[in-house]
Amino acid sequence: MVYFDNAATTKLDKNVLESMLPYLTDSYGNPSSIYKLAQENRIAIENARSSIASIFNAKPNEIYFTSGGTESDNWALKCIAQAYQKKGKHIITSSIEHHAVLHSCKYLESQGFRVTYLPVDKDGLIDLEKLKESICDDTILISIIFANNEIGTIQPIEEIGKIAHEHNIIFHTDAVQAVGSVAIDVEKMNIDAMSLSAHKFYGPKGIGALYLRKNVKIMPFMDGGAQEFSKRGGTENVPGIIGMAKALEIAYKNLDENNIFLTKLRDKLIENILKNVPHCRLNGHRYKRLPNNVNISFEFIEGESLLLLLDSKGFFASSGSACTSGSLDPSHVLLAIGLPHEIAHGSLRITLGKYNTSKEVDSFLTELPEIIKRLRDMSPLYDEYLKNNLG
Amino acid sequence: MINMAYSEKVMDHFMNPRNVGSLEDANGVGTVGNAKCGDIMKIYLKVKNNVIEDVKFKTFGCGAAIATSSIATELVKGKNIYDALKITNKAVMEALDGLPPVKIHCSCLAEEALHAAILDYAQKNMKADEFNKLKEKLKTKK
Ligand SMILES: Cc1ncc(COP(=O)(O)O)c(C=O)c1O
Ligand code: FES
Repeated sequence: MVYFDNAATTKLDKNVLESMLPYLTDSYGNPSSIYKLAQENRIAIENARSSIASIFNAKPNEIYFTSGGTESDNWALKCIAQAYQKKGKHIITSSIEHHAVLHSCKYLESQGFRVTYLPVDKDGLIDLEKLKESICDDTILISIIFANNEIGTIQPIEEIGKIAHEHNIIFHTDAVQAVGSVAIDVEKMNIDAMSLSAHKFYGPKGIGALYLRKNVKIMPFMDGGAQEFSKRGGTENVPGIIGMAKALEIAYKNLDENNIFLTKLRDKLIENILKNVPHCRLNGHRYKRLPNNVNISFEFIEGESLLLLLDSKGFFASSGSACTSGSLDPSHVLLAIGLPHEIAHGSLRITLGKYNTSKEVDSFLTELPEIIKRLRDMSPLYDEYLKNNLG
Repeated sequence: MINMAYSEKVMDHFMNPRNVGSLEDANGVGTVGNAKCGDIMKIYLKVKNNVIEDVKFKTFGCGAAIATSSIATELVKGKNIYDALKITNKAVMEALDGLPPVKIHCSCLAEEALHAAILDYAQKNMKADEFNKLKEKLKTKK
């Protein structure tokens, strides 16, 4: 089997597992207790916090552990808005956010906040001028996804943060897909709040963090004990926290090397597919994109059928097709970059990871054209195209 | 994976679809689009003395859409058009050992495409009163 869905989740790194094991077995003490068994875990957690903070040039007391990206996004959006609602009730975000941000914004709208959803261009980039224009006197928060999970486009985060700060507005970024692939300095990039999730960088599932700049106010999301500076109650997920810190350490130690490897495979896939399969297009920016993301739309075919045929050959990938979405709506991200429904339908997302090999990419490139052809031979749309274009 | 939700029958008809293609000498053709997710199904019929002698399909859609097209063509082949019209999306689903709830609308596509193809045949080849009777029958069924 060939796993090409690393944006969905990644395989746990063996070294990460090893770092977690003691905390799943003998070191079971509750970090809030006072005896040795517990205090060792307190120390381990605080070391993890420091190590994570240093990777992003943050301070340890600016890192809050959460259950993952969804919680971090919900917490940042809803509870920063709540903390600043006396100052204003306007929020700016983009039209290509993850649902964790989009649906939090929908909730805030129901609570009397106004939300501006910035459009994106055909490559998925927001327009900084439009961002400036949309700022109002009562704008309290700007939240823009660092790197998109579907099309991989990376936003000009530093510039967005600069604009936010010039207007005294808090800047949150959902960096769930960027962390582990992009070097991030929260000071230099003017980031006030940032969501991350360990399972996207070879860490365990169900653990994440919110970076929150010291002077930024936030209401608690989980009321409870005094954990996480009394901002997020609940006994800590000790093995998860340790694993996340280890996973980050590994990711950033090997960042350049890994990215060179992934970019090479990515570009090989993109160039080869665009050259050898007719009637397809790349979605997302050609260069300002995650090193592991390939997203291509194939005309005249539908994504779920494509995934099923790929699955039958042992390749696991994903699609933004309406038929795969559960809600039967095509991906809002693909529609936001201007794709008509039927082109969004034929989208294929391949997201590479460090365990993929050049050989896997080659065998995929061998199989793909045949699979596309097979589906097109079944497609009434392709028939129509041939009729209209071949006389 | 998605195919876990599909029965073996569905996967069989998806992987090895029966009667894919078009018919040059079709005398009934039906094309329907799915308002729900935007998919398209086209059915070609060759009818002789009201009996469906040959049938082919082309589908732009998900695994369930392709599998239901495939089984629907199998179900109607050799039947007279009145019996073929009795085939509902329910029958199509049953023949496939069921579909996941979110995919039920795909089986409606097969029923609609089939009806559209039969009506197309009927309109072109039947006497006006016979055609109208057929149309009425379909309406009351709905
Ligand atoms: C950009 C983005 N934000 C948020 C999330 C949600 O993260 P989690 O699954 O850890 O809740 C994801 C994961 O799919 C993501 O890609
Ligand atoms: S055809 Fe779109 S879900 Fe079946």
